[in-house]
Formats: sequence, C-alpha cells, structure tokens
Amino acid sequence: MAKFTLRKQYRPYVSPFDPCPSIRVKTYVTPPNLYVGFQPEKLPQFNAKQALFAGTLWKVFYDPYYGSEEKEKGGGQ
Amino acid sequence: MSQKELPKEFYEMMEELQAIDFVLVELTLYLDTHPDDFEAIEQFNENAHARQILKQKFEQQFGPLQQYGNSYSGYPWNWDDPPWPWQI
Amino acid sequence: MWVYEKKLQYPVKVSKCNPMLAKFLIEQYGGADGELAAALRYLNQRYTIPDKVVGLLTDIGTEEFAHLEMIATMIYKLTKDATPEQLKEAGIGEHYVNHDRALFYTDAAGNPFTATYIQAKGDPIADLYEDIAAEEKARATYQWIIDQSDDPDINDSLKFLREREIIHSQRFREAVEILKEDRDRKKIF
Ligand SMILES: [Fe+2]
Repeated sequence: MAKFTLRKQYRPYVSPFDPCPSIRVKTYVTPPNLYVGFQPEKLPQFNAKQALFAGTLWKVFYDPYYGSEEKEKGGGQ
Repeated sequence: MSQKELPKEFYEMMEELQAIDFVLVELTLYLDTHPDDFEAIEQFNENAHARQILKQKFEQQFGPLQQYGNSYSGYPWNWDDPPWPWQI
Repeated sequence: MWVYEKKLQYPVKVSKCNPMLAKFLIEQYGGADGELAAALRYLNQRYTIPDKVVGLLTDIGTEEFAHLEMIATMIYKLTKDATPEQLKEAGIGEHYVNHDRALFYTDAAGNPFTATYIQAKGDPIADLYEDIAAEEKARATYQWIIDQSDDPDINDSLKFLREREIIHSQRFREAVEILKEDRDRKKIF
C-alpha cells in the first residue's frame, strides 16, 4: 500500500492537440480536517510559539502548503 | 512631526502576546464544540491568567491595547498614539 | 458589542515592494470567499441557529475580522509607497484612478463586494454546510495566491491564514455533528 499523503493525484486525458506542454499528473489537496472526524480530547499540541507559527494548536491539523515557486526551490513535499 | 521608533522589545513582547492569545483563540473554538473537556478548560484558564499579566506588562511600556475602559489610560490620553497595528 | 485590540493576530511582514501582490490579495478582502464575506456570513447566521452553535459562529466570525485586518495590512504596506507608475504597471491603474491608494472592497478582478456572497438560508444544516464550503474555498484561494506570490514573508502570513481555514472547517464540521445530536448514541452502539 502506498504511503498516506494529504496530496492526491490524477492523470487528466492528454490529447495530441494540447496547445501547451501537457501536465501529465495533477495534484489536489485533501486537508487533515477530512480525516479527523469529531476531534478527540487530549490530542498532542504545539507549544504557544510553535502553534502561532503553525496556525494551529494541534499537530494533527498542521498541513504546510508550499507555493509553486517554493516547490521549484526544493521546498515542500 | 516627531515619531517614536519602536524598540526591539516591542516586537518581542508583541509576539509573546500573539502566541498566548493564539492558544486562547484555538482553545476557545475547541471548547465551543467540546464544552466538557475539563483539561482543556484548565489549560484555558491558566492561559487566560498568564495573558492578563502579560497584557499589564505590555501596556505599562507601550500603552493601552484596548479601550472603552478595558485598559487604563496614561496622561495625556494615549489610546490613539501611533503606530497602529498595520503601520508597524 | 465588539472591542478592538491594537494588535494583529499574527505578525505581518512584507519584504518586497511588489504592488502586483496587492491586486491578488484584494480577493481575500472583498471577494466572494474573502474574510469580509466570512465574518459577515457567520455573524449574521447566529440569529437563526440553535444556541449550541451560536458561540462558535460568534468566535469564528470575530476571528475573521482579525484576518481581514491582516489582509488590509498587507495591501496597505504593498501600496503605501508605490508610485502611480508602479501601480499602473502592477495592474492597479484602474483602481488608482477611482480610489488612489484607498482600500476598497472588491475582488481581484475589481468586482465590488455584494451581499449575495453571504448566504443565509435559515436552515441550520444548509447554513453550516455553506460555512464549511466557504472555508474550503478560502483555503483554496490562499493556495492560489501563495502560488502567485514571490514574497516569502507574505507567504508566511498567508500560510497562517490558510491553516486557520482548516481549523474553521473542522469546527463547522463538528457543529454539524452537534446538531445531529447523535454523538452519544454512536458511543453506545
Ligand atoms: Fe475562516
């Protein structure tokens, strides 16, 4: 089984007449809130500073997003 | 017009305040849907207390964070002293 | 009533003088899935929804105003010292001739804000599903703005805002579960 990821992929139909170079694999985001259900009590937390910079107190919801430029520079997943 | 430049401590203490207030925002939303989580309420109250102390410390140095009487005023009235949050 | 606090929810830094980003960011100021629409949508729904979720709508609605102020701060900083020529090059010339550098509630294409962005059906489930969708749309919008942005400091603040949409969506999903009054029953089965 493939490793779990919040980033899903699909392969759109590629036509020989596509005017731009075909993007063979497209990705989309499935955020963590789709998988947690009703949040259980006592989930692991960040400390206050980490939480502020993560945008969430609970680690399970932390889902960093990297823009296309950052990805090109080697950031992201 | 003279303009006071903010010292480094302003930004540091502001970030501390933002961090603790963020924990309180997160716990508030969480408790809105988990009103029976005793541990989380304890954590909330502890943070609310620490927040009050930090707010006092901040306001003594840098002026009121809120008005309508939620903060004390210096003399002269210093609520409307710049800078405002979007200017710093 | 509301009490203003002289502080941003999260530090906003802008490192590059790139007014083009202001043109994109305005989408989250006065756009359909922007922070103003979010704040007004949630606060307005409170009057016709069960008491159990009024607190949540109040608190998320209030947080959205803090996000609105962060977006305003970014736009203010990006345009404050830009020359009319720079603004024209950035595609903000049309805005400039009407408003100078004043902020105005429009989307990125210049469409003025409208109340039709704020759904209010009076049906608690319909309204909460609307809210969940609004949060996911706002999350997606932040992703597309981050994709267009070359300013690491602005991206840092935008990532914070994007993450907040994830949390808000989570809480609205929980609100639906609360209204189903099904949580304790499930534990028994
Ligand atoms: Fe939101």
